[in-house]
Amino acid sequence: MAKLAKRTFDAVVVGAGGAGLRAALQLSEAGLKTAVLSKVFPTRSHTVAAQGGVSASLGNSEPDHWHWHMYDTVKGSDWLGDQDAIEFMCRAAPQAVIELEHFGMPFDRNDDGTIYQRPFGGHMSNFGEKPVRRACAAADRTGHAMLHALYQRNVRANTQFFVEWMALDMIRDAEGKVLGVIAMEMETAEIVIFQAKATLFATGGAGRIYYSSTNAFINTGDGLGMAARAGIPLEDMEFWQFHPTGVAGAGVLITEGVRGEGGILRNASGERFMERYAPVAKDLASRDVVSRAMVTEINEGRGCGAGKDHVLLDITHLDPEVIKHRLPGIREISIKFAGVDPIKAPIPVVPTCHYQMGGIPTNYHGEVVVPDGAGNHVVVPGFYAAGEVACASVHGANRLGTNSLLDLLVFGKSAGDSLIKYVKGEVRSMPEIPQSEIDRTLARVDRLNNQTNGVEVNDARLAMQRTMQAHCGVFRFKDMLKQGVEKILEVEKMVQKTQIKDKSKVFNTARIEALELDNLIEVAKATMISAEARTESRGAHVRDDAPDTPATPNGRDDANWLKHTLWHREGNKLEYKPVNLTPLTVETIELKARSY
Amino acid sequence: MTTQTVKFSIYRYDPDKDKKPYMQDISVEVEPGERKLLDALVKLKVKDDTLSFRRSCREGVCGSDAMNINGKNGLACITDIDTLKQPIELRPLPGMPVVRDLIVDMTQFFKQYHSIKPYVVNDTPPPEKERLQSPEDRKELDGLYECILCACCSTSCPSFWWNPDKFVGPAGLLAAYRFIADTRDTTINERLDNLEDPYRLFRCHTIMNCVDVCPKELNPTKAIGKIKELMIKRVA
Ligand SMILES: Cc1cc2nc3c(=O)[nH]c(=O)nc-3n(C[C@H](O)[C@H](O)[C@H](O)COP(=O)(O)OP(=O)(O)OC[C@H]3O[C@@H](n4cnc5c(N)ncnc54)[C@H](O)[C@@H]3O)c2cc1C
Ligand code: SF4
Ligand code: SF4
Ligand code: FES
Repeated sequence: MAKLAKRTFDAVVVGAGGAGLRAALQLSEAGLKTAVLSKVFPTRSHTVAAQGGVSASLGNSEPDHWHWHMYDTVKGSDWLGDQDAIEFMCRAAPQAVIELEHFGMPFDRNDDGTIYQRPFGGHMSNFGEKPVRRACAAADRTGHAMLHALYQRNVRANTQFFVEWMALDMIRDAEGKVLGVIAMEMETAEIVIFQAKATLFATGGAGRIYYSSTNAFINTGDGLGMAARAGIPLEDMEFWQFHPTGVAGAGVLITEGVRGEGGILRNASGERFMERYAPVAKDLASRDVVSRAMVTEINEGRGCGAGKDHVLLDITHLDPEVIKHRLPGIREISIKFAGVDPIKAPIPVVPTCHYQMGGIPTNYHGEVVVPDGAGNHVVVPGFYAAGEVACASVHGANRLGTNSLLDLLVFGKSAGDSLIKYVKGEVRSMPEIPQSEIDRTLARVDRLNNQTNGVEVNDARLAMQRTMQAHCGVFRFKDMLKQGVEKILEVEKMVQKTQIKDKSKVFNTARIEALELDNLIEVAKATMISAEARTESRGAHVRDDAPDTPATPNGRDDANWLKHTLWHREGNKLEYKPVNLTPLTVETIELKARSY
Repeated sequence: MTTQTVKFSIYRYDPDKDKKPYMQDISVEVEPGERKLLDALVKLKVKDDTLSFRRSCREGVCGSDAMNINGKNGLACITDIDTLKQPIELRPLPGMPVVRDLIVDMTQFFKQYHSIKPYVVNDTPPPEKERLQSPEDRKELDGLYECILCACCSTSCPSFWWNPDKFVGPAGLLAAYRFIADTRDTTINERLDNLEDPYRLFRCHTIMNCVDVCPKELNPTKAIGKIKELMIKRVA
């Protein structure tokens, strides 16, 4: 029987991106003995790459109201978002952003010294009337500025970090209570138990299930994989946002803030084609709408370049000083990855996988909530999740730009607060760790270390990414999804036999990549299987076989599909739960066909 | 355009099996779309999964993949293969303990960063709204806050090589000035006191290596100069 070294804490936070750091700050300031684990040094987390802004109805440049923000978010979500959580987030936004400013965030400023705000897709004033300036920005480096400010504040609060530690699995007892995680120190390959009274997942997204993605290499859905293996279902995994403007060929993101500052999308004949698809919001329509319009232009032969395979994002009409001052990072990316200076020539762009709307099911307190088998949804004791890994659900079927950074701040904090209440609420014991939980993880690591005649990690990963890209992209087709499910289950068999040549104990990145693939494949299965089952179009999930009728506008079938998907790893079983249409204090935002 | 062969000479060292470091000659085919050094490294790793390096964002914002490329520190992900003489010689960042291959131990670097108290301190009670800052005052932070802590600068600085435990180094000093320059911070005097030391600040001899290598085109030397000016003003 293998024994592992053990460390004990009040709380373990897995992930040091925006959500993890915001939560950790709450815990440290409340005096909890907290360990924060991260695969990378905190400021290298992918929040650093966020560009455009963080939303809040501060109204610094023109009138705004949290209720309008809430309306936009519900509409953006194609009504799949839970209205209690959305109200909670939008109301908390101004406070969350002001707090961040007090932490030292270097926001851009208006002449009167207040925080600078720019327009962003889907954010409108007065319940959908016209675009509003709601995105609080630090140039086009908002995520970088925010992540560093949060890290810095944690340094001040003396948060204890375990840098380059990879959590492998979560530990649960027989009743399902969460007791912490098993993690590996990347530098030494030592495996240690982090036992805690409460555990918070903030491991970010899994955009690497697709071949072409704006996501970092490390965005491998570890939190989702760990949760799925521990019997926690994953919610709404069929909903993936394809960002309209990834640099063609490279995948690197060009923020929507570029269109917020006046950028225009053009097809091969130079036409501003969004005017046809979204007469009011035009280039600032919601992301799913813009991405589909772009793919339609390309499919109908109006794409640009030799391969007619992209469209152009044009800002050559903007004042070069505005570009240099407000969009310096974009200019840098465009020169480095597209080989064009956007002051002089338009940027070639294509829709690229960007964000997972689904995740570990939580309520707006950041508590993880699962079905109990008797028709109820109950809290998992000692388990919290926040950020992109979680599904509160505020983004529903389609996230509005700048609402994710907000989500990190608001739910990082609320999950932290709930956790503190739980830990301080009563005396929490440190029970014995079930040996079966330890064996489960060690068996997985041993299998990998001892595998012979196996499959190369890269081959299995590519097979997964290509399958997801071809069978579950911007537009989805009934037959392709069906084949996709079969294919992805085949890929899973490959993943179960991955093999590495590197057996070193020292900073073995081959082993890390193989263990990450164990997590990615869970996410890929959840996505494909949930997508195949949902026979309507909603938000980012659009199928060819969902008819556009008065009862099902744009293929959205509220009579049958106004519900959240829950995918269980065990048997790939699906079940559904109702969408919460009842906000906390205001009236329900009634269902309506979506147009921009 | 067709595939292209890229030749490398790479520093290899795995303390688990190698008695001492060696240079490995190796080459890899890259496709026309794969233009960055990191693309080639990722391909190399498919060929030989023991090759170890850090990477994450692949767009020059996370600071993971700093290394010594043909004698100059830089980020693999934003370095064009075309601009490099072959065989491309890759080594870990100089002056830092090597963990394995191109991965170095950054402890000392972060210790120095932490030593300058990298956070805004303002002990007046926060207002209900944001603290106001004019666009001009905010502009003072440009060229400072963008640092990605990649360590290209500090590990090209001779003063940091000799005294990594005593000299704050260009990255740390750039950060120090970022907080001094922030009108919201009320502790400028304590910050200057913290650097008033023959080593912490004054080991910088304006050799400018740091400016030369910074992949974000920041200028630590200028920031250091400004701190020195403030010190002198303070005395006068
Ligand atoms: C290019 C880009 C631009 C974007 N721009 C915007 C924008 O302008 N506005 C907006 O609102 N949103 C934006 N988004 C979305 C937003 O940035 C992300 O959704 C958000 O940053 C995710 O934050 P997070 O804290 O959940 O996760 P991350 O920042 O991804 O952090 C995850 C953390 O978990 C750790 N981790 C993961 N697995 C493990 C493990 N097994 N063990 C230990 N640690 C682990 C990682 O090391 C990391 O610290 C953008 C996204 C991208 C990709
Ligand atoms: S200018 Fe100063 S900090 Fe920069 S390399 Fe030279 S000695 Fe080092
Ligand atoms: S100043 Fe430049 S080189 Fe130095 S750590 Fe920051 S980004 Fe890297
Ligand atoms: S991989 Fe992030 S800076 Fe190069």
